[in-house]
Amino acid sequence: MKKTARRKKDKAWTMAVPLYLFTIVFVVIPLIYIVVLSFLQKDVLWGVTNQFTLNNYAKMFDPVYGKTFLDSLKLAFATTLITTLMGYPFGYFMARLAPNRRNFVMLLVVVPFWTNALVRIYGWMILLRTKGVLNQALLALGIVDEPIKILYTYGAVLIGMVYSLLPFMILPVYSSVEKMDWSLVEAARDLGAGRIKAFFTVTLKLTLPGVLSGFVLVFVPSIGLFFLADLLGGGKIMLVGNLIKNQLLQARDWPFGAALSVVLMLMTFLIIFLYRKLTHSKDLEGFF
Amino acid sequence: MKQRKMHLSSLYLAFVLVLMYLPVLMVVIYSFNDSKSDVSWAGFTLEWYGKMLHNSSLMEALRNSIVLAVSSCAISAVIGTIGAVGLVRCNFKTKGLLENAAMLPIMIPEIILGMVFLAFFSFLNLPFGMMTLILAHTTFCIPYIFIVVKGRLVGIDKSIGEAARDLGASEFRMFFDITLPLVAPAVASGTLLAFAMSLDDVVISFFVTGAQTNTLPIKIYSQIKLGVSPEINALCTVMLVFTFILILISGRVGKTRKNRTISKEEQRR
Repeated sequence: MKKTARRKKDKAWTMAVPLYLFTIVFVVIPLIYIVVLSFLQKDVLWGVTNQFTLNNYAKMFDPVYGKTFLDSLKLAFATTLITTLMGYPFGYFMARLAPNRRNFVMLLVVVPFWTNALVRIYGWMILLRTKGVLNQALLALGIVDEPIKILYTYGAVLIGMVYSLLPFMILPVYSSVEKMDWSLVEAARDLGAGRIKAFFTVTLKLTLPGVLSGFVLVFVPSIGLFFLADLLGGGKIMLVGNLIKNQLLQARDWPFGAALSVVLMLMTFLIIFLYRKLTHSKDLEGFF
Repeated sequence: MKQRKMHLSSLYLAFVLVLMYLPVLMVVIYSFNDSKSDVSWAGFTLEWYGKMLHNSSLMEALRNSIVLAVSSCAISAVIGTIGAVGLVRCNFKTKGLLENAAMLPIMIPEIILGMVFLAFFSFLNLPFGMMTLILAHTTFCIPYIFIVVKGRLVGIDKSIGEAARDLGASEFRMFFDITLPLVAPAVASGTLLAFAMSLDDVVISFFVTGAQTNTLPIKIYSQIKLGVSPEINALCTVMLVFTFILILISGRVGKTRKNRTISKEEQRR
């Protein structure tokens, strides 16, 4: 009996072999290659030499690149802050709806996640351009005398970021509010806590894993959305993502691009690690 | 008091939802506008759809996108499904490590994955084009399917499979007769999600595509960069319709799955 169990296990293992191989060949090895590449010297014209160097990392402290890093982080923080302020109430109210209405709102939130990001950004271009819908409306209402420039500014990029990443805050918050034990809030109220106090001492604390998960899901991608910055910022707003793209495709400095990617990746791992430490859970709340 | 609160929260939900759908709605409305560049409404037309259909480079990009999504989803459905089945049923030291590594493609920012593939494929001297696109898309499609199938497998009663084995079914028959039918809805919904992701991907495709091969999102990206044009509105609208069809199908799949689990619970009672 024991023998058959053992044999069964051995055979089951073979089914994971393709996944194993594919992951090693197309995920693990390429990542190792990038790390190696980031320590190599760029050749004068094209390609890389086998010389070990730390220059690619030192280069990041160059004020020009340092500024891009800071700008990109600032934008990511601003995006995370606004999505939290908008997304938390949304997720909270959504979780308190009656089940059938809740499912309908859920569907409406998830649909944009399936639709093409470019299409949605393009919609904002139509709305925000100088001769666009928003300006026409403002002019017609007499709020402004001449069209204001919104498209191709920092503000437009921020709007696009918040808009694209808002569902990633709403869904985890919703999932943690929905799971929450309401009797604890009632207990706090019974013990004399006001509505607001009960919210801050009980509800917010209990739903914190959802908010933190939202932080991760919004912050991490916001650093790399180069096409969003290109389209809504008109190429004037540089993110770390744009920097990497330019190093690869224009400056042709692959080792520097690799070093930037390694730093970005380490930042991502650090954020996920912190999340796991803070919430004591392995998976991101509300994500699958 | 309570009634008014309810209204306020509904109002907020509605407000955010309107903001969410406004840009999408703009794209659809202006695809029917009979004016090349003007914002004002100049009458209903299907001209832009006709122009789109006769634009051979757009149609080629559409064909490429479909070929790419279908082939990478097919490969990743096989690898992801049997991988999940194999991993759930056995226990070895590197299992946790492998699971983490397999999830990496959807954990790290897309741009890094794109850069990693660009550097790695040129290191291998692979010609950039459909093949590199399929390899890259397969890599990020696997996690979606893997995680959905794994989630479903955990909820399945293990004794069903053991019973089949005790009755003499081979490993092979057990997989096809027992496991696969049970996880089929999960495979379908995971694959649909992966399909949508592949069809929409800009960032990774941008890095791994060759000069000759355009996918639809890449084509749209390069055109939008030049500004707003009604032809792109028409194309975007078509893509939206595509996506809605996918969502409808996936909703169907989800429903049958739900019904099945409910009936199973009822049987148990």
